[in-house]
Amino acid sequence: MSGEGYAVILVYSTSHAMHIERLLGKRGVACKMIPVPRQISSDCGVCIRIPQAHAAIARETVEAARIEIQGIAHI
Amino acid sequence: MIYFDNAATSWPKPPCVAEAMTHYLAEIGANPGRSGHRLAVAAARVVYGAREAVAELLRAPDPLRVVFGANATEALNLALSGLLRPGDHAVTGSMEHNSVMRPLRALERTGVQVTAVPCTPEGSLDPGDLAAAVRPNTRLIALTHAIDLLAFSGHKSLYGPMGTGGLVIGERVDAGLLTPLKRGGTGSRSEHEEQPEFLPDLCESGTPNAVGLAGLAAGTRWVLAQGVERIREHELALTGQLLAGLAAIPGVTIYGPRDARRQTATVSFKIAGLETSEIGLRLDDEFAILCRVGLHCAPPAHRTLGTFPAGTVRFGMGAFNTAEQVAAALNAVAALAQEAR
Repeated sequence: MSGEGYAVILVYSTSHAMHIERLLGKRGVACKMIPVPRQISSDCGVCIRIPQAHAAIARETVEAARIEIQGIAHI
Repeated sequence: MIYFDNAATSWPKPPCVAEAMTHYLAEIGANPGRSGHRLAVAAARVVYGAREAVAELLRAPDPLRVVFGANATEALNLALSGLLRPGDHAVTGSMEHNSVMRPLRALERTGVQVTAVPCTPEGSLDPGDLAAAVRPNTRLIALTHAIDLLAFSGHKSLYGPMGTGGLVIGERVDAGLLTPLKRGGTGSRSEHEEQPEFLPDLCESGTPNAVGLAGLAAGTRWVLAQGVERIREHELALTGQLLAGLAAIPGVTIYGPRDARRQTATVSFKIAGLETSEIGLRLDDEFAILCRVGLHCAPPAHRTLGTFPAGTVRFGMGAFNTAEQVAAALNAVAALAQEAR
């Protein structure tokens, strides 16, 4: 069910997370910083949780800003 | 007391700076970018907020290309030693501070070629002389006028605390060619033993001065709220008043352009018959005027002005100085000059 639940944007750096949060905020995407879910990665940092319905906007925004991310995962 | 040493560090700071730092220490406190809990996220937001504020003030399009460090000196060292390799040529001017000259002189010993273009006795640089110094292997031109790389101090005109500064890395600079000054923990890519290659993490290892950056964000936001033009107008008026007043005192020699529109709010002068060190001491002891005397960490600049090695007296004014303070300082200088005649 691609339009339901949440997705997480996995980033390489907290600075990138902050920047993406700001860019998505300007596009009306509700973001929440959460610790990276253990089942997705062993990384100890944060990721950005967004509504799954906004995953496509998020991908487009991140690509336009030329920020390298690990990926966007459905949770 | 009259604080005229703003060119060394601005003081007082806007009250919002101490408030932001106190708030950080009392309410946030965590290490930005190291953990995922709410305080770590709040801390990361503070640091990112400082990046955004500085990027807005300096008109840098990408906050992630604002790299923080301890001061402008560290930023200059990063730019110079991070980009120059043996066989490269670097150009600078003869008015530059030791934070440019010393790293360049050290790089010279590793095989970097350095040209310091002479400035006029007023301290200005002819762009034609600069262009003529450029060679096919010129990699970098380091001047108090940035294009691709801008080193900034956080504790002077941005009104933040000491221990803050940084480098804005322009889009034309390939970060892949930049060697960081330090390597270490960044809170990112922890599974790798190699330094991350992306900005700002490439150049920001170790726990940052987050409390200082909280203050820097507040200071920079204060400057933006006041307006750079408004602060400049205020400083122009004080500088014009000081230059006109000093010029009217017999025995006083002013250095530099002597034109408020062509300089910052920093004025160098001397009084005939008095050593600069004595002037500084007497202004402090007898008039409670705090300024800086000597060479100001810029020996080539003083050689250019013809004031080496005695140096000058420097009044550095800022946003919180007033016309009344300038008038009082002029009376003090006049009294010292009259006594020395």
